[in-house]
Amino acid sequence: MEILIYGLINSVSLALMALGFTLVYGVSRLPNFAHGSLYVTVGFITWLLLNRLGLPYPVAMLISLGLIALVGAATYNFILVRIRGMAISEIIASYAIGLAILEGLRWGGLKGTTLTLPVFAQGSVDILGVTVDFHRLLVILLGALLVGGLWLFVNHTKLGLALKGMAQDERAALTLGIDSDRMAVFSMALGAVMAGLAALVLLPLGNIVVESGYHVLIMAVAVCIVGGLGSWTGAVLAAFIIGFAQILTTAWMGPHFQVVVALLAIIVTLISRPSGLFGRQKELEERV
Amino acid sequence: MSAETMLSLKGVTKRFGGVQALTEVDMEVRRGDILGIIGPNGCGKTTLVNCITGFVRPDQGQVIFQGRDITGWPPHKIADLGLTRTFQVMRPYYSLAAYKNLIVPLFSPRARRTGGWRGGGRMGDRNTVAVDILEEIGFERDSYVPYKTASSLPTGYLKRLELARCLALRPDLIICDEVFSGLSMSEMASMLPLMEKLRAEGVTLIMVEHRLRELFSLANRVMVLNFGAKVCEGNSEEVMANEEVKRAYFGSEEVFEYV
Amino acid sequence: MEAVMQSRRKERVDRGIKVRTDGVYAVSSWREITYLVAPRLLLIGGLVFLPLMFSAVPYWQKVLSIICIYSLLAISFDFLAHFVGLVSLGGALYIGIGAYTAALLNTHLGLPPILTIPLATILGGGICTLLLWPCLPLRGVYFAIVSLMFPLLAARVIEALDIFGGTDGILGVAGLPNKWVEMYVLLGAVLIILFGLRRLVNEDVGLVFRGVKDNDQAVKASGINIITFKALGVFIASAMGCLGGAMLSHLYMWAGISQFALDFSIIPIAATVVGGGGTLAGPVLGCLLLVPISELLRDFGTLRIAVYAVILCAFIVFKSEGLMVYGSRKYQQFERWVQI
Repeated sequence: MEILIYGLINSVSLALMALGFTLVYGVSRLPNFAHGSLYVTVGFITWLLLNRLGLPYPVAMLISLGLIALVGAATYNFILVRIRGMAISEIIASYAIGLAILEGLRWGGLKGTTLTLPVFAQGSVDILGVTVDFHRLLVILLGALLVGGLWLFVNHTKLGLALKGMAQDERAALTLGIDSDRMAVFSMALGAVMAGLAALVLLPLGNIVVESGYHVLIMAVAVCIVGGLGSWTGAVLAAFIIGFAQILTTAWMGPHFQVVVALLAIIVTLISRPSGLFGRQKELEERV
Repeated sequence: MSAETMLSLKGVTKRFGGVQALTEVDMEVRRGDILGIIGPNGCGKTTLVNCITGFVRPDQGQVIFQGRDITGWPPHKIADLGLTRTFQVMRPYYSLAAYKNLIVPLFSPRARRTGGWRGGGRMGDRNTVAVDILEEIGFERDSYVPYKTASSLPTGYLKRLELARCLALRPDLIICDEVFSGLSMSEMASMLPLMEKLRAEGVTLIMVEHRLRELFSLANRVMVLNFGAKVCEGNSEEVMANEEVKRAYFGSEEVFEYV
Repeated sequence: MEAVMQSRRKERVDRGIKVRTDGVYAVSSWREITYLVAPRLLLIGGLVFLPLMFSAVPYWQKVLSIICIYSLLAISFDFLAHFVGLVSLGGALYIGIGAYTAALLNTHLGLPPILTIPLATILGGGICTLLLWPCLPLRGVYFAIVSLMFPLLAARVIEALDIFGGTDGILGVAGLPNKWVEMYVLLGAVLIILFGLRRLVNEDVGLVFRGVKDNDQAVKASGINIITFKALGVFIASAMGCLGGAMLSHLYMWAGISQFALDFSIIPIAATVVGGGGTLAGPVLGCLLLVPISELLRDFGTLRIAVYAVILCAFIVFKSEGLMVYGSRKYQQFERWVQI
């Protein structure tokens, strides 16, 4: 039972981490290796706003989400747009941006001191004999809301459909009057906000540390590869597979093996089904 | 000898997601044949080539080359047996000089065994063999053309380069995926004797083509594909006379005037 | 339209001497020979004399050794990325495996450094190739991602299983006889590998590597197993990294999980981008510039990684050709503005 509940929570957390990454990759074919750093940055900004400026929690969250959207958009608009389409440069540049942010943060404040964000709701509840605190339940709820909201947004709004169109065929979308650069900027901003939301929901459960930036990046990448890069259904499904696998290994072998599970999942996936659970045929053929 | 079967396909089927790309295609090619494969755009010609050469694994059916079942083999092993192909979208190594492009196939295990096209064991210097092959296929040896980088060559030469890459392996069967498309009339005219020469030297050819006039002048048998299935097969007169072909593929009589 | 639509463009023309040195006329006079040999001599001579110049400051001699180790990694990154087409973001894996192999051979089997270093190079290269084997069919993004995760994973596994000394690492590795040996062995290795690889990529085997990078489908259609060649490329590259790692563990007389650290992954990449990818000599140049900066910033802790990342980003976006390509263009060509 414990495994079931904590597995569920872990899976939703992974899905939250991965959604932003898969969104950006799905729309603009851009592996955003700065994803993890955006995640940590949001936590850091929120902490600053809360503790240094004394803003109320919801306001601080909203402002930091807005800021991170700007950061995401700016990264694309000023840096990544210039190297669009050069896969190697994209990876290296976005990774470098992420590193610069993370290591800059580590140097400029996230060292030594332990920063934490308050949880949304205190207290805990017993579910079938397992004690679960309210915040963890909220994670599940918010995760479900976010996935649902994203789905509605993409399938039932004009902007969302434009994103979807671009994801399927950028050139065709261009001929239909969709400005691919603007959409890419938008998707980066949205991806950053997703990372931010994940951070706001998940960070109160632990400390804000730079390492979590790398951790989130690895997990997001693992989930996306197992699920098939750019596929949302795949990402969610993969989050559940990896999430439960991690909880099981933690229960049986110890917490050190969590990352090992992720990597094994990637390798097994890549060998047996290179395009992931829900990968696209095109990508598969590319690597025949 | 004429009856020896080089390549036969039995019920080759391939689906991409929900799209039926190939349905139960049977085919037989004998040594020395020039088989033409025609069909409208998107009828599965290139998929068929991909299935034969291992770039795509067929869902069902068998591909048998020289008595060996090569279904699902990786492309490099199939090429090693002597079944090579050109690519419809040309794939030279753009950063290398034209003759250096041939170093790669000449380096392959098969070329080392066979000595390259007419190389006859003088594989000591691959560069020489490479230029020989290029001359054979219509690159002027004493001009700058064989030494220019592939990215600066015009389409006609790139198509020949594709073919040269196959020849370097001394293949038994070459599948030419639209070698004529995109060529000018004079370029095509200079390619035709080349094909005849290859056949005379005992190389079997499968030609996937849109240029019917040139194809019919070469091929001794033609196969028509439509919606991934074989419509009919025979010599060019039979195919052109076939009512089903006219209806299903050519659509109307006018096209024939063009041919 | 008498509006002033004056536009101009830069025209580049090869220098006469460059054209003359292309063919057999290169050896016709001392001028041509000097033109050809000077840059190479400058690099070789510079590298050979640097240790002597710094003989008064041992600290910077140590830095020189570190530069060489990073250069080995940077050359290996450049070779893999630009000649085999595999972008490996995890150079730290090679260093770490080389370091641990050498340390284990030394402390457990008691082999002297003269044996452990070559053994660790070959063995380590083999281990890295085996580890990366499942990922070899992958291209571009996929390979980069997986290779990025390997060093992180290796560190975690050592930590979790508490093998090879766990978090303490392996202590008591034998040192090298003296600092001159360590410096000149490394310098020699860098020079030999640099010129060796430059020759290799123009040999027939090298052309196949480049074919795999340019266009792997055509290589398959030519009857060549690309996995074999990718594995060979990874072996060459990782053996170079392992050589660096083995030297490192003897240099510090220690092997530990910090040898899987991010520095070893990011600095070589930055050096390659700064120095000019695809030139093999460029990465060495990049290391000569970047590693000293890193040493100067050592007091600022992790800020140095952030500084690199920014330099890397700036170069990749604004000057993606890199210093080496820029330099050789200036050396070989005139530039002038022409009116259109």
